[in-house]
Amino acid sequence: MSILAILEHNAGALHRMSFETLAAAQELAAALGTEVEAAVVGSGIGALATEAASKKVAKVWAAEDTALANYTSDGYTMAVEALIRKTAPALVLFPHTYQTRDYAPKLATRFERALVGDVIAARNEGGSLVFVRQLFQGKLNADVRAEGAGPQFVSLQAGAWRADAVVAGSAPVETFSPGLDASKIRQTAEAPFRESSRAVDLTAAEIIVSVGRGIGEKDKIAVVEGLARALGAELAASRPICDAGWLPMERQVGSSGQTVSPKMYVAVGISGAIQHLVGMKGSKTIVAINKDANAPIFEVADYGIVGDLFEVVPALIAEIQKAKS
Amino acid sequence: MKILVAIKQVPVRDSTLRVDAAGRWIDEADLSFEINEPDAYALEEALQLKEKHGGEVVALCAGPGRAQTTIREALAKGADRAVHVEEENLGAFDSLGVARLLAAAAKAENADLILTGLQSDDLGSGQTGVIMAELLGLPHSTIIMQAEVNGAAIRVKRELEDGWFQHIAMPLPAVLTIQSGINKLRYATLMGIKKAKTKEIKRVTAAELGIAPAAGVRIEKLYAPHKAKQAQIFEGDAKTAAAALVEKLKFEVRVL
Ligand SMILES: Cc1cc2nc3c(=O)[nH]c(=O)nc-3n(C[C@H](O)[C@H](O)[C@H](O)COP(=O)(O)OP(=O)(O)OC[C@H]3O[C@@H](n4cnc5c(N)ncnc54)[C@H](O)[C@@H]3O)c2cc1C
Ligand SMILES: Nc1ncnc2c1ncn2[C@@H]1O[C@H](COP(=O)(O)O)[C@@H](O)[C@H]1O
Repeated sequence: MSILAILEHNAGALHRMSFETLAAAQELAAALGTEVEAAVVGSGIGALATEAASKKVAKVWAAEDTALANYTSDGYTMAVEALIRKTAPALVLFPHTYQTRDYAPKLATRFERALVGDVIAARNEGGSLVFVRQLFQGKLNADVRAEGAGPQFVSLQAGAWRADAVVAGSAPVETFSPGLDASKIRQTAEAPFRESSRAVDLTAAEIIVSVGRGIGEKDKIAVVEGLARALGAELAASRPICDAGWLPMERQVGSSGQTVSPKMYVAVGISGAIQHLVGMKGSKTIVAINKDANAPIFEVADYGIVGDLFEVVPALIAEIQKAKS
Repeated sequence: MKILVAIKQVPVRDSTLRVDAAGRWIDEADLSFEINEPDAYALEEALQLKEKHGGEVVALCAGPGRAQTTIREALAKGADRAVHVEEENLGAFDSLGVARLLAAAAKAENADLILTGLQSDDLGSGQTGVIMAELLGLPHSTIIMQAEVNGAAIRVKRELEDGWFQHIAMPLPAVLTIQSGINKLRYATLMGIKKAKTKEIKRVTAAELGIAPAAGVRIEKLYAPHKAKQAQIFEGDAKTAAAALVEKLKFEVRVL
């Protein structure tokens, strides 16, 4: 009863999170006294399977089918289902990516299981695994157990395991033909695209001041803009600000926006949901201003002020101007 | 075209959350509740599609009696009627169990399109819609930022990571999970609120749908996250805290 790690790839390369998944699989296999098999799913993926085979795993499956050339939820579900029926793993691990979100719950349903999604940690307790998930947008954690016979389906949050912790090794690659009936794939996928070129390149900014929903209304954004000006910073925002049309999408930081790592990132009225954090936690220094001392943003911040931004930000602007003069 | 929208009631954003005595869920006693944010966008998308193509919008909600206020709000915004799977203890069902309830209720409706939010703000599983699609034998797509109905098919814009998108086409009926920001939300009008009072809310129970509570995936313990890295918090009034922070910015971070 092994652990099957599903590796995602994009534009001919393995996704960074695939290595995090491998690291988790190796760690959990050691804890449970079992071994890891990895799978790469797609068409023309031989080289990627070979790359995965340079890690410490028992085997790499190359699940090949021309019907998998473009990702579709139907195609991937059928292919991975066939592989799981063949290999009968106890645990199937996925990186918690948009692609996994799109098909893994469907796949798990075929085995009458619910996916344990977006897991941040796992531990062995008496021979079975306890998984940790974030609830209420990171405000609370939950220990979760999946009961019953396997396979169990678990996806892992970005950054929860370290990609560089993967142990190297050498494994055989075995090709698996899922024998897909392409007529059963109901989705037609077109080529991925980006919206018209970004007028704002946040990745080039030395300092970013980012505004979140704590600002309350559009007209108040000027307050935070004032701070950005005082610091010579670029203005950015969390998703709800862009969703509401208060700032253009191109200023959004996070998993569906830009990923930035400036010298300093100042988060004003941002709670620190994981989808925001993945876009900015690589910043050298993080400053958070939030009225809620328990906001998850303080978990990644170096410096913080707990208070009403409408008091703190003007005071900060005044102090910055004093320090500069 | 008949559109079913799954809406979930969740605690109001920025609620102060306390773990209950059993340690497995939050104490709901003093909380207020509202519609799950992406579900509001799913409802709006359904209303806009109805305005364009005609038909009916049916709101579908599983939850305790209190969820009725959220259902009424959906009716006030323009949903034509609602189905309420009334279940006091939804915690006895995992995502698969909740999806089974919703799918069973949806089946009877035979909708052309089923919309859900992409993720709930409380559980954050992000899978109910996808499971429903599988249970109902329908094609689906997730994290949708645009939906265009062309006769018996639908073409959607799916959000990918890092600002990428992709168009996907599939036949109807289908299930879509809707991302926040897909459209601009409307407010309920006074007229809408008045009309909502007379709109039908059909109630069914899990037992009537023939679905027993089952949680293969179970919450064992709920707790405040351990603080991994302690931020240095500057105390005092705004001016004092700001001065202390600026000192750091000038001499340690060196950005001033
Ligand atoms: C698939 C997916 C992709 C996503 N992509 C992104 C993304 O790219 N970027 C992104 O940002 N989000 C993204 N999200 C949304 C994300 O989950 C959060 O909902 C979002 O980041 C929350 O934004 P926020 O922190 O501004 O708002 P909230 O979570 O509402 O937080 C507001 C904060 O402001 C504080 N506050 C309120 N008033 C004041 C005041 N007067 N003074 C000081 N503080 C105050 C509150 O304490 C609270 O912490 C995505 C979600 C999903 C499911
Ligand atoms: N109890 C419920 N009642 C109605 N819809 C729900 C319920 N639970 C989940 N959903 C729908 O499924 C989506 C995803 O929820 P989740 O899988 O819990 O993250 C939500 O945005 C809702 O549209």
